[in-house]
Amino acid sequence: MIPAPFDYVAPSTVDDAVRALAEAGEDAKIIAGGQSLLPVLRMRLAAPTSLIDLNRIPELRGVRDDGDALVIGSMTTHYDVQRDPLIAEHAALLAKATDTVADPQVRHRGTFGGSIAHADPAGDLLAPALALDTEMVVAGPDGRRTVPAADFFEDFFTTALRPDEILVEVRVPKHTGWHAHYEKFNRVAQAWSMVAVAATVRTDGGTIAEARVGLTNMSSVPVRARAVEEALVGRPATAESIRAAAEHAAEGTNPTVDGNADVEYRQHLARVLTGRAIQAAMAG
Amino acid sequence: MRITVTVDGTTYTDDVEPRTLLVHYLREQVGKVGTVVGCDTSNCGACTVHLDGHSVKSCSVLAVQADGCEVTTIEGLARDGQLHPVQQAFHDNHALQCGFCTPGMIMQSIDLLADNPSPDEQAVREGLEGNLCRCTGYQNIVRAVRDAADHMRPGAGPEAERVAGDAGSRAASSVGGGGE
Ligand SMILES: Cc1cc2nc3c(=O)[nH]c(=O)nc-3n(C[C@H](O)[C@H](O)[C@H](O)COP(=O)(O)OP(=O)(O)OC[C@H]3O[C@@H](n4cnc5c(N)ncnc54)[C@H](O)[C@@H]3O)c2cc1C
Ligand code: FES
Ligand code: FES
Repeated sequence: MIPAPFDYVAPSTVDDAVRALAEAGEDAKIIAGGQSLLPVLRMRLAAPTSLIDLNRIPELRGVRDDGDALVIGSMTTHYDVQRDPLIAEHAALLAKATDTVADPQVRHRGTFGGSIAHADPAGDLLAPALALDTEMVVAGPDGRRTVPAADFFEDFFTTALRPDEILVEVRVPKHTGWHAHYEKFNRVAQAWSMVAVAATVRTDGGTIAEARVGLTNMSSVPVRARAVEEALVGRPATAESIRAAAEHAAEGTNPTVDGNADVEYRQHLARVLTGRAIQAAMAG
Repeated sequence: MRITVTVDGTTYTDDVEPRTLLVHYLREQVGKVGTVVGCDTSNCGACTVHLDGHSVKSCSVLAVQADGCEVTTIEGLARDGQLHPVQQAFHDNHALQCGFCTPGMIMQSIDLLADNPSPDEQAVREGLEGNLCRCTGYQNIVRAVRDAADHMRPGAGPEAERVAGDAGSRAASSVGGGGE
């Protein structure tokens, strides 16, 4: 099928894009990589009157070093995130999670910012964004504001972005030298996560000094496994203490039920995958 | 909207509606019917082409987004009647049955080999994750890609997009086909 008709503009600066979005009215939509939006338009599940394309805005692409944080432009593709040397060094968790997203063709077009703005609870980049305490920089008619990841994801496919705002960049505090792994459980190749666990750990000698664990698809939004983080800190980095900490992974979660899994199964997966994620992070 | 796109080496300037998908532009306006549509959900990969040197699902790109870009389709691979080594390897290894997935499989295989010139079986399967085949069971497709890798010049891929000099003279692969 083909999408319903729409007007199309491809501005070349963020300011022009914000203006175009405001002028186009409430039924306008941003298009980034289009890898989630275009299937929706093709199936006519949505029919925006205008599309504002961010692909011709150079300032939205790429990763820069900003002291104690990295700044990732929202239009940086999954493909570029996978290969970026700054991300590999300072935010390895993001690269590992991005490796598991979709397939090569989708990763060539799909963007980091698009995934964050789309906020699919099964999206693989939300839990890492939460675990790494990232901040979203958004631009609107009144200028820019910064929203911490913990406040950004509000519900299924719903974020703190207002209809007239654009996600410009994501600030990622450096986690240099942290071990990281993203453990994803899905049924077939190219499928979305049933549950997945984003884990990153800093060790000091043989002891776990700091730990961040985020869960994918264990709620309508990504969640932190705080009890696991607390149970890990100060413990020796052994299989035994990891296993014990992972037992806390499902505490306080209220996962959705769908055709793939019920609550108990998802909670079981969260515990098992958390153990695997931390083990793999330590081994990597 | 007016767009200018280079497709398989020829530059076209055309008027398109913003909602026109790249795949429909290629098939219906440029006449590149070698690129096919297999789904509505961006899953099947049958429509894979190269856009400025990288594989994309042309059903998931707007034609207007390709303005100023270079597109290579399955129809742009052969040179002077000689198949691209990946096309030849699909032929030699019986890597197709109905052939519907083949244009996309071949375009994605070329992209994969550009990133990784000698992939092991696992790397081929992961590289072709976005391409579905209803017929072959994938075994011979994986064999074909590894066979092509053996015969291609190092570094040949979307950037090079040309036939290895020795491709025509090599013997047909001896790999038997599970589907034969
Ligand atoms: C076959 C297939 C399999 C996939 N599998 C996975 C998977 O396993 N894991 C996974 O995480 N993802 C998966 N995806 C989704 C993929 O990661 C998309 O790239 C991503 O969800 C959306 O990014 P995009 O750049 O394509 O955004 P688009 O599709 O262009 O936009 C998505 C939504 O976000 C809004 N938006 C985008 N950018 C901005 C911005 N900067 N500011 C404000 N709003 C914005 C758009 O208006 C739209 O509503 C898959 C997609 C496909 C087609
Ligand atoms: S037609 Fe199926 S992915 Fe493009
Ligand atoms: S050969 Fe028929 S779908 Fe692949």
